[in-house]
Parts: sequence; C-alpha cells; structure tokens
Amino acid sequence: MSHPAVVQPGRPVELARGVHWIGALDPQMRRFDIILNTANGTSYNAYAVRGSAGVAIIDTVKIEFADEFFARLEQVTRYDEIRVIVLNHLEPDHSGALPELMRRAPNAELVLSNRAPSILRALVRELGTEPEFIAVGDDDHFDLGDRRLSFVNTPYLHWPDTQCTWLADEGMLFSGDVFGCHFCDDRLWNDTVGDFRFSFDYYYHHIMRPFRAHVLEALDKLEPLEPRTILPAHGPILRHEPRGYMARYRRLATPELTTRGDEKTLLVFYASAYGNTARMARAVAEGAEEVANLRVSLYDLQVSDVAQFVDLIEEADGLAFGSPTLNADAVKPVWDLLSSLTLVAVKGKFGAAFGSYGWSGEAVGLVEDRLRGLKMRVPVKGLKVKLNPTEDDLEHCRTLGRELGAHLTGTARRRVIDMAELA
Amino acid sequence: MPKATVTFEDIDVTVTVPAGTRLIEVSEKVGAGITYGCREGECGTCMMKIVSGAENLAQPSVLEHQVLSDNLAPRTARLACQAQVLGGDIVVRPG
Repeated sequence: MSHPAVVQPGRPVELARGVHWIGALDPQMRRFDIILNTANGTSYNAYAVRGSAGVAIIDTVKIEFADEFFARLEQVTRYDEIRVIVLNHLEPDHSGALPELMRRAPNAELVLSNRAPSILRALVRELGTEPEFIAVGDDDHFDLGDRRLSFVNTPYLHWPDTQCTWLADEGMLFSGDVFGCHFCDDRLWNDTVGDFRFSFDYYYHHIMRPFRAHVLEALDKLEPLEPRTILPAHGPILRHEPRGYMARYRRLATPELTTRGDEKTLLVFYASAYGNTARMARAVAEGAEEVANLRVSLYDLQVSDVAQFVDLIEEADGLAFGSPTLNADAVKPVWDLLSSLTLVAVKGKFGAAFGSYGWSGEAVGLVEDRLRGLKMRVPVKGLKVKLNPTEDDLEHCRTLGRELGAHLTGTARRRVIDMAELA
Repeated sequence: MPKATVTFEDIDVTVTVPAGTRLIEVSEKVGAGITYGCREGECGTCMMKIVSGAENLAQPSVLEHQVLSDNLAPRTARLACQAQVLGGDIVVRPG
C-alpha cells in the first residue's frame, strides 16, 4: 500500500483533536551542525495545541523557514489566541522564528526549562530587551483550560536547556531533539515514511551519545509516561510502537562492557616509528597490570580503526597515549583518535601520556594538554625518553603504569606538593 | 606570605599555595579534573564543589553569583576560574 504525502505546501497537518503540525520540511539539507550528514534532508517540527482557554505553540523552526511556519500557524490560530510559547530546546533550528513569533503574539507567555534563561538572553538580543519568561521544572504545568501541558526536565539531551512537554489527555510527548532524526519525508508518520532506522541511530550516536548517562536518567522519567505518540523536533512522528524507540535509546545508552566487581579498565594506545615508544607502551601496561582489580589492554594505533577505539574508550576508565615526537608534534594516528572523542563522554576519566623522541619531545605535553581539554584527569606527569629507552627508563614507564593504575583503582597515596614544584 | 593548602580530592593531591592564588592557577598544572571553558567567569564550565573550607575563599563576585544561579548550582559550588584562596585549608572536587 502506498502512502500519500500528508504535508502539503502552506497547510498544517492535524495530528489529533486540536493538535497540529505547523513545522517545515528541509529536503535539501545535506550537512547539519558541521558534524552530521543526512541523505535526504531534515524537518523542523513545530506544533500547535488548542485548549478551551487558548493555544500553545511548541517549538518554532530555523529562521529560513519562518514564512512556512507562520503560514501554517495562521491556519490553526489567530495570534491573539496564543497563550503560551513552549521551547523545548533553544538551539537556533528550533528558536529561529521565536523573536518574530513573540512580536506577533505579544500576549503569549514564554515557557522554557529552568536551565534555559542564560541561553535565551544570548539568542534574542535582537529584541533589545530581555523577554519575560516562565522557567519550568519537573513539577510544573501550564493549563489551556480543558487540557494541560506538563514539563519534564531532560538536561543535556543534548543541551543544558532541553526538556520535553507532555500532553496527558492525548498521551503525546513533545520530545524536542530526543528521539528525533534528520530524515525528511512528507508522509510524516513513522509507519508511513521510508525506512529511517539508520537515521535514528545515527542521530543518537552523533547528538545524544556523549550524554548517555543523562539519556538513562531521562528515560527513567519518560518511560513511565507510556506515551501513545512521541513528537520529536526533527524527523518522523512516532505513533507506531513509540515505546520501541525508548527501548532503542535505552539499549544504545547502556554500557556493554561487563567487568568483575569493582574492576577498572585501562587502555594503552601507542604509535611507534622505530619501536621505542612501543617498548615504553608495553612497560606502562606491565606496570599497570601489577595493580589489583585493573584490566589492561594494549593497542597499536597504526593498524586499527578509529571508530572501534572510540567504542572501547567510551567504556574505559583510563587511557594512556604513547606518541613519538615528529616535527615538534604528536603523530597523526594519535591526533586522529584524540580528535574523534567528541562523540563519547570522557570527562573525568584518568589519562596519561608518554613517548620517545629524537630532539625535543613536545608530543607528551601536547597530548596531556589535549587530555585535560577533554576534561580528563591527568594525575601522573607524562614521561618522555630520548630515543632508545634504557632499562631504567622502562622501569619509569612501569612506575607510570602502576601510579596511573593506583589512581584508577582508588589506591593512590595522597601527595602533598608545593605550588612552586608545579611550574 | 601566608600559606594555604588546596586539596584536589579527585586525584588525592594537596598543594601548598600562597594566599591570593586562584584555583585555576593550580588545578590544571596538578592534573585535577576541574575543566575550564571561557576562563572569565561566564560559561560555568569550571563549576566545582567545595568539600570544605569555603570560608577560606574570597566571596564570589556579582557575576559569579549570577552564573552559579543560572546553572542552578548548589550552595557548595564555586567557579574555579574565579575562586581566590585567602588562607587555611580548602578541599575541592570537580562539580
């Protein structure tokens, strides 16, 4: 059975009693936010909910699509009927039409999550004055007469301000970017559009994955609602088996590595031109393996796939990087991996750097700086060795491994040092 | 010059510092998990928890107060890029 387009130019789409899609399709989009590819565009979903006491607008669209948004909006409500504008997420692809909407609907109250105010101030500077708003959390709601919007705070999915809006009488969860994807299809519903499973997972991996602990916290709040329809801000509207998408998020966000008891894990990565840094890496690993409750893995970066290492790093507790110095820099295989970690959460993991060098040995310090930039802890000073490591040098590597392992397993002895020693 | 100690609980390191030191001057060099964004007290990235010794830090500025408030920070939170050591013993951890 073929399914005709439900989105028509300039027309809203009725989704349920008094609930309309008033968003915009962007089929030409091919790259989003620099990091995301999309094979067939995206959509900016915005919604209107009518109650006996007025209308709520939930999210807007990217500014280039404002005319399309207003054309649809004007067919479901007059501006003076709009009582509330809810922004589930303030990123410009959802707030682009907000300043103009606020001009046209001056009586509407603006509802944001309680994490959003500082972002709002920066976004609506063009208004000239700071708009009034209601900051909401989990226990808050907004009545539209015969129906009620409630709010679920879902911070860091994927900005600090993100929230979901719940329309209980229809079982509708307006989820913002959560459960969304970049997939443009004018048939709109998940059971009539093309196969978008890849787009759904791809979106999760690039947008939500770095915040997976927050994803699990949010699911704990959202799953009990048992929504009949999930209405994300991008991509198909999920009316067919919506809980399956929640289950998919839970599966994607749940760690896969199983460890014994309180065992910790350390990954030692290295690249080596003449085998010197490789020998240091083996010694670091040997030292770490002496530490109880620590599982150590050693990897040569030159013959492996970065994406697989990113998966391993997501679940590891500690990372050590060995790099020779080449023209005063760390080598490309090391940077390739270190520049690929924005997809996973590494904040708070323990890290260390080491490497052999010929002239100056800048690589170790540069890698340490990068680890700190990734919000990792670097408790053990990096180790660099000029050319061939001696047995003493290798013992220092083992010591580095032992000390890093002690920090990882919580057995490190407290150090007391003077600030002058840190210079 | 009066001395103070700052303990970074996440890495079990105590640093002896002169009064007047800002936390940002120490935490990165020692490898603590406190991380920085703008370094100017605006973004809130370097929010940390003061485990003990909050009274040994200079009072937060109006700007720091505002940023902590915007981020719904608990009373024990300070911005490491702004917090200045007055003396005594202070224990902190990443927020």
